[in-house]
Amino acid sequence: MKKSICLYFQVHQPTRLRLYRFFDIGKDSHYYDDFANRTILKRIAQKCYLPMNELLLESIKKNKGKLKLAFSISGSALEQFDRYAPEVIESYRKLAETGCVEFLCETYNHSLSSLASQQEFEHQVLKHKAAVEQYFGVVPKTFRNTELIYSDGVGAMVYDLGFKTMLTEGARHIMGWKSPNYVYNNDFKPGLKLLLRNYSLSDDIAFRFSDKGWAEWPLTAERFVGWLKAAEGDIVNLFMDYETFGEHQGAECGIFEFMRAMTDAVAADKELEFVTPERAAARLKSVGDLSVPQPISWADEERDTSAWLGNELQQDAYNKLYSLEEKLSILNDATLWNDYGHLQESDHLYYMCTKFFSDGEIHKRFNPYDTPYEAFINYMNVLSDFMIRVDNAMAERQ
Amino acid sequence: MKVLMFGWEFPPHIAGGLGTACEGIVKGLAHNGVQTLFVMPSASGDEDQSCATILNASDVAVRNVSDTVEEFLDKVKFINVDSSIVPYVDPEEYFEAIEKMKREQVRETTVGFGQKFKFSGKYGANLLEEVSRYAQVGGTIAMEHAGEFDVIHAHDWLTYLAGIAAKELSGKPLVVHVHATSFDRGTDDMVDSRVYSIEKRGMEAADRVVTVSDLTRNIVINKYGIDPAKVVTVHNAVDFSGRENLTVERGVRDKIVTFLGRITFQKGPEYFIEAAAKVLKRTKNVRFVMAGSGDMMQRAIRQVARLGISDRFHFTGFLRGQEVQKMFALSDVYIMPSVSEPFGISPLEAMRSNVPSIISHQSGAAEVLKYALKVDFWDVDAMADDIYALLQYPALADFANKQGFDEVNALKWNNATAKLKKVYESVVNQ
Repeated sequence: MKKSICLYFQVHQPTRLRLYRFFDIGKDSHYYDDFANRTILKRIAQKCYLPMNELLLESIKKNKGKLKLAFSISGSALEQFDRYAPEVIESYRKLAETGCVEFLCETYNHSLSSLASQQEFEHQVLKHKAAVEQYFGVVPKTFRNTELIYSDGVGAMVYDLGFKTMLTEGARHIMGWKSPNYVYNNDFKPGLKLLLRNYSLSDDIAFRFSDKGWAEWPLTAERFVGWLKAAEGDIVNLFMDYETFGEHQGAECGIFEFMRAMTDAVAADKELEFVTPERAAARLKSVGDLSVPQPISWADEERDTSAWLGNELQQDAYNKLYSLEEKLSILNDATLWNDYGHLQESDHLYYMCTKFFSDGEIHKRFNPYDTPYEAFINYMNVLSDFMIRVDNAMAERQ
Repeated sequence: MKVLMFGWEFPPHIAGGLGTACEGIVKGLAHNGVQTLFVMPSASGDEDQSCATILNASDVAVRNVSDTVEEFLDKVKFINVDSSIVPYVDPEEYFEAIEKMKREQVRETTVGFGQKFKFSGKYGANLLEEVSRYAQVGGTIAMEHAGEFDVIHAHDWLTYLAGIAAKELSGKPLVVHVHATSFDRGTDDMVDSRVYSIEKRGMEAADRVVTVSDLTRNIVINKYGIDPAKVVTVHNAVDFSGRENLTVERGVRDKIVTFLGRITFQKGPEYFIEAAAKVLKRTKNVRFVMAGSGDMMQRAIRQVARLGISDRFHFTGFLRGQEVQKMFALSDVYIMPSVSEPFGISPLEAMRSNVPSIISHQSGAAEVLKYALKVDFWDVDAMADDIYALLQYPALADFANKQGFDEVNALKWNNATAKLKKVYESVVNQ
């Protein structure tokens, strides 16, 4: 059997908050920086989503369907495409029509609900499932959680929601001597198969590709395919942010040419074969249980949840946010649900991260705030207004 | 009676409270029949000159007029011109101003005799150098305007050397006015020795030392070793003329307890946060606001998050102009838990805006405000009690509000400067 190569790309855009002052609390309930969201989205659409979708579509056609891959597009991103760049949705639809692209399910708002509340997690997952079906006409079968967050408990919840396959990180501290290049299964629910990111090969593209200080620079498709072949195991999972192409790695560094050549080479290779996650899980047997008692993720050196919940600011914001869940359920108000979802986006907590010294570079790159403290103050002002609205609605109900 | 007065700033272009105080003093003195020649490092020309003649030190050329001047200037040279920043941080809200000024600072430092020196009149990186230049100009002015004044009055350490120069070259008596000391800016073991030595020198050279509170008077006597007989307290006042209280529509129904000032060690922000957490354990219908910025802000935010009260405790950042009035208009209780506050004008402003205030015993304002509630800065239980009481018992809040309003309106610069005039008279007639 040929070695499986599984490409999966994460597509997400946060709903950035506007500068929301204390004086706005209770007076103005529009929380979002529409201008920034529109400008950023349109820029990335031009630099990344549209050209890369076009490239992949051409490659699928050229290689007669041998290129297979998967996307997970957060609900927050879908909303922004719909509003500011509907042509992006259209280009994903064209990819969907080829039958070579799998669309995965995640939490609608790219949230941390899997860690906070089973009920809210289910709510977000079902909402995203419905959105994928509505936009692309397919029912997602494979699950990937926000930032690949996973634990035995999270996996069990995902299985109970009807998914048989889930993606996560091949974190070194979990894997130990084991290789991420095999399929594993959840410790509690053996029916849930796990595909683990090969972080080394994934990051060669996502992080190191344009790094001139890297010993392997410049990376050629030929050499990369050689590494894929040399990798031991049944499968190599290359999971990365879709914004890698054209945004994090600019077009000028040759990333598009590399991807074109690499997909052609793998498709033509006798030992390698592209698979979607669903297909990989169907054809490969699990080699064993994987025990993950504490949550892992694909973020930072630690590969844990400390990028979002590592300091007291983040923890307090998170606790305050999820303390509202019961009231939201009682009220069941569409407008409130909508804002509640956007406030759950993990990005807001990420901006409050104080791990400046280890992974500060990557954190700064994505952060609209000068300091984590500003991020916290702004978020809490917004959340305070939201809490007032929730309490008012509760009072009206009674 | 005529006075030659050295200040550092004057409205409308001010970074803090010193300029406002100087304006009040000058106007009050005029009311009491004292004429003022007010010198400042960098005047803009739009200062209100109805009560004083304003001299811009940047327009004065230092002349090589006599040996005495050179001799004096030799003495001034002990100041290290390469010094790093010594932010002058007494009155309210310098933190941001300093940051901004540091960026704008022009590093033009060489100046010889017969030349004008362009003062920034700010509190930036060249501060010590400006202080020594200001002394040179001060001496020159005293000679050029000899016979036009009976007494010299210098405000805070920035102007003390100018005051000393003027005294040496004119022979007129010197009054130095202490609005703040180094001990209000740092802790006892963190006092800037260069600033301290200028302060001490000014106080020793002065014929009288005026302090803004008895608290500061004690510091001057105990920490600077000044003879108590020549240290006089003249409490600050506040000029509310032409000010209307704002009415602001409220966004939140909860009561609001406000701290407004620099978020630094001296202002006691952590005690306020602890008290807030205690109050929130007993009642939910209250929000706390910390308005301002400063070097303890990040620590304060972490403390709030750790206590789990960040949905009820808000930070506004630095407030400008009208926003300050707006903040007072939104407040139900004002709190100033300062660890060390020479005077502290902000509770007066709060009470004038009909906001009952809680202030620490460790503030000069506590000596004059009968109708503010007073606690020790470290006594967070008492602080929480007082906040709770003002929120829950309308009778108390109404009483503190009405009496406090009348009380602060009675604190007039006309009265304070009448005292100041007596100080002048005591040294002129010696």
